[in-house]
Amino acid sequence: MQMTEAAVKRKKTNSGGLKDVLKPFLFLPFWILIYWNLDALTSYLIYSVLGLSKGDHFADSLFFFVYEVPKVLLLLVLIVFVVGIVRSYFSPERTRKILGGKKLFAGNVLASMLGIVTPFCSCSAIPLFIGFVESGIPLGVTFSFLIAAPMINEVALVLLFGLFGWETALLYMSTGLLIAIISGYILGRLKLEKYVEPWVYEIKAGHIEQSEEKITISQRISAGVDAVKEIVSKVWIYIVAGIAVGAGIHGYVPENFMASFMGKSAWWSVPAAVLLGVPMYSNAAGIIPIVQALLEKGASLGTVLAFMMGVIGLSLPETIILRKVLKLRLIFVFVGIVATGIIIVGYLFNLIY
Amino acid sequence: MISVKVLGPGCARCRTLESKVRELVQKNNIDAEVTKIDDIAQMVGYGIMMTPALVVNEKVKCSGIIPKDEQIIQWINEG
Repeated sequence: MQMTEAAVKRKKTNSGGLKDVLKPFLFLPFWILIYWNLDALTSYLIYSVLGLSKGDHFADSLFFFVYEVPKVLLLLVLIVFVVGIVRSYFSPERTRKILGGKKLFAGNVLASMLGIVTPFCSCSAIPLFIGFVESGIPLGVTFSFLIAAPMINEVALVLLFGLFGWETALLYMSTGLLIAIISGYILGRLKLEKYVEPWVYEIKAGHIEQSEEKITISQRISAGVDAVKEIVSKVWIYIVAGIAVGAGIHGYVPENFMASFMGKSAWWSVPAAVLLGVPMYSNAAGIIPIVQALLEKGASLGTVLAFMMGVIGLSLPETIILRKVLKLRLIFVFVGIVATGIIIVGYLFNLIY
Repeated sequence: MISVKVLGPGCARCRTLESKVRELVQKNNIDAEVTKIDDIAQMVGYGIMMTPALVVNEKVKCSGIIPKDEQIIQWINEG
């Protein structure tokens, strides 16, 4: 969420002081209490209260569902809150300033990292793109940003962390960054400026006046709270649906079922997974619980992560929107390079794991 | 009369902001003219990088979020 400095100044008069800052933190002890006791609570509910037995398909599915939904939602609330606060430090205008004038490779690295903390909705792709290009940020650096922003979002990372552990989340983030940096760098070197629609370079972009207004801590905290309200309300239903599907797979699909076509031995499974994922669009929340269930049933990590990156990193709606500013050839090159990067990462994971 | 512009290329959020602004103006009998801008060149002319955005009397008030009702009214009344 972004506000001009002037708008933030107005908001200041409305927000309270210490009270607003402390309120969110009152939830913390409850959060910790519930989170650490989820296993015990769920076991009690499923086995004692409902009297189901372990190993029963339905019991297993239900356990999975009852355990995962609160766990994932709790994690989501925490991380979205933290990232919401971090974001208050990085407005697109500030990002633009930071990236301006940086040398090519350093710019790619910075842009990719900034892409992680900058909120991204597909319709913002165009003004963002134009804004960057207009202030002289090289095309390749802009692309690094455009690749990193949707692919590495905090919802995806939280879910990966919650369901698979911090190593997987870290791996996803670092390989995502790598793909963004290298793809952007390559795109930059290919000198594809001539495939940007000419009108982009012709319009005169205005600039919002930068006031020296400082944002207070209280406003940053409320930015975090607003982020939680906005994102969780949008996403919770997909999470519940995804976990429900995952629960079904967990309880009913036989072990190793996926191994045959998503397992390591099928060499074509990685490119197939990416090709399947690219035209699909889902937000991270919905796809990850399904990913978890697939993994449990024998799909290999590389294939599944490649699929996930394809789904959330490259989306058909986004490329359609970008068509307004990029010529078709550039779009194909863009998608092609990123997809190739994802496939390579997929193979790498399968090799390592 | 106050000029209020809602900037957005046509996704769900910009439409939400537009209807919210129109509704607030009408309910509170504010003397304002509300227009929706979906032309990209015009949007970029205001210097915004995230949509939807709200512009009151040619000053950009926010971009990338759907602000609270009280906030919208306050901005419009301040002119």
